[in-house]
Amino acid sequence: MSATVESQGSKRLKAIGLWLATFLLMLVMCVPGLWVMLSGFRPNREILAKPPIWVPQELTLDNFGKIFGWGAEQIAIPVPAYFTNSLIIALTSTLIALGVGMAGGYAFARFRFRAKGALFLGLMLFRTVPGIALSLPIFMIWSRLGLIDTKLGLIIVYVSLNVPFTIWLIDGFFRQIPLSLSEAAQVDGCTRWQAFWKIEFPLARSGIASAGVFAFLTSWNEFALASQLTRSTDSKTLPVGLLDFTAQFTIDWAGMCAMAVIIIIPALILTFIVQKHLIAGLTFGGVKG
Amino acid sequence: MAEITLEKVVKKYGAVGVVHGIDLAIAHQEFVVLVGPSGCGKSTTLRMIAGLEDITGGLVKIGGTVVNDLPPRKRNISMVFQNYALYPHMDVRANLGFGLKIAGQSPAEITKRVSEAAEILGLTPLLDRTPAELSGGQRQRVAMGRAIVRNPDAFLFDEPLSNLDAKLRGQMRAEIKKLHQTVKTTVVYVTHDQVEAMTLADRIVVMRDGHIEQVGTPMEVFNHPLTTFVATFIGSPPMNLLPATITGGAVQLSDGSTVPVPDRLRGFVTEGMKVQLGIRPDDISPIGHGLSQDGPGAELRLTVALAEPLGMESLIYTHIAGQEVQAKLYGPRIVQPGETLDFRLALDRAHLFDAATGRSVRAA
Repeated sequence: MSATVESQGSKRLKAIGLWLATFLLMLVMCVPGLWVMLSGFRPNREILAKPPIWVPQELTLDNFGKIFGWGAEQIAIPVPAYFTNSLIIALTSTLIALGVGMAGGYAFARFRFRAKGALFLGLMLFRTVPGIALSLPIFMIWSRLGLIDTKLGLIIVYVSLNVPFTIWLIDGFFRQIPLSLSEAAQVDGCTRWQAFWKIEFPLARSGIASAGVFAFLTSWNEFALASQLTRSTDSKTLPVGLLDFTAQFTIDWAGMCAMAVIIIIPALILTFIVQKHLIAGLTFGGVKG
Repeated sequence: MAEITLEKVVKKYGAVGVVHGIDLAIAHQEFVVLVGPSGCGKSTTLRMIAGLEDITGGLVKIGGTVVNDLPPRKRNISMVFQNYALYPHMDVRANLGFGLKIAGQSPAEITKRVSEAAEILGLTPLLDRTPAELSGGQRQRVAMGRAIVRNPDAFLFDEPLSNLDAKLRGQMRAEIKKLHQTVKTTVVYVTHDQVEAMTLADRIVVMRDGHIEQVGTPMEVFNHPLTTFVATFIGSPPMNLLPATITGGAVQLSDGSTVPVPDRLRGFVTEGMKVQLGIRPDDISPIGHGLSQDGPGAELRLTVALAEPLGMESLIYTHIAGQEVQAKLYGPRIVQPGETLDFRLALDRAHLFDAATGRSVRAA
């Protein structure tokens, strides 16, 4: 009798311990992000106050007003232009990377061709090279080609960064779809192309969606290469634009945090929309390398 | 009319040959079963008929038209796959109607033909389920429904029952037979299961290593196997083969004992010929417990090594001329290992194969 009470008690204790540990872990992971987002809604003086004000006294949208040029107070940072650049560059490079990834992934999953293994390995090795290591050669080539400070220049870089990953992920998904499904569709009257779009593509959709989200986030968040290859409102992206808040003697923390919020939100929304696919995708596709 | 003709059909993957120039003519509405062990080329042959494999050499004709270079969709065939290959993201109704939709049939026509097919196969209550919500046998029926709904010239079955348990396999076998009697279409059916081959086929094609060993009705293949391979592959338990020599007009076994040459084979053997005596377990039985008691036979006293009682019959392992053979005892009699019994060999149903070529002496 007392033994069961005791074991129930220890079970409860264990649950509480586990819960507490999870909470602490999540706190460590989330606090910086939350602090950035919170600071985006606070006036600069409160952020910089000494001793620090932990609990916000007043929340305001003034920082966003400043950025977008609504309020009385304005800053000379062309955030809408950066936002548009980011959107165009991230979306275009994602779409291209997905297109190439689907074609490549399908080819690696379904066809036999010469040097297939070597090619696949090569793609994966390319993926292991840190992007920043390539920045100098890319800079030199791009300057000759006149691609510095163009959207096209960044799009090409992001496509090449993302393609190995999208091919790898999508290949894994197509591999999981039995070949006989496409064959059955062809016997049922489809061309190979129809069989792909009507049968294989819908089945690989979650994998393709996860690949797309990853590619988009990589392009959206990338800073190192973008900071080298962009100069003006023609091509500067949001992460690079954050640096504009750093003046010679001051840093506009409030404005910077407000802009960080603008960067974070689309990524959050996107992840939220596809999270079901994403989880299914990463566990499903991940089984087969 | 949809007869299927294969002329000298060859399949190679690079330098490796899988099918070595086979000839086969399948008549309109005929049910032909390709049977053989794994890797004999039977599935590859079927896939070449379907258009899912390139044909390296020779001709495949369906209804008189050479289809070598036609894609599957232009051959007007349908196929049932081993793993069913149902489209997982569509319900049963959409699975059945998919081919019709691709062909551009009107929704009313699709509904009509899907319900007809569903009715034939008892799928009507399942039309709104997805494949994941079906049992193995139901999935198999949907796959068959998808095949019949398009009203094709021929059905191709690629080991359709091998993923089912034994009981369900028996049921589905009967359903396929019934289906063929209902829709009367040419069927090419691939299996490695000789029971399916025997029960379903109008004609059996026994394949081995990319060659056709024998083509014939189930009874022809069973009663007159052309080679030792066919003799041991068709029939369960397999035919016993005993090495022997024709000596003095009799079959002399390796231990020197002799049995007479079966009458019907007398004209086919010559003195001194090395042969294999083939005799099915059913034709070696203890006297009084066999299938046939009259006709020419040989009597042997044999010691039982092992007996497997199966109820109304027992499978007996014993030795003839030092070689293990299987025999059958009909009737509910229990036999003990070590027991010595008088067996009768029904020689009118025995076979002789040329030891050098493995072919029946009748065919040599």
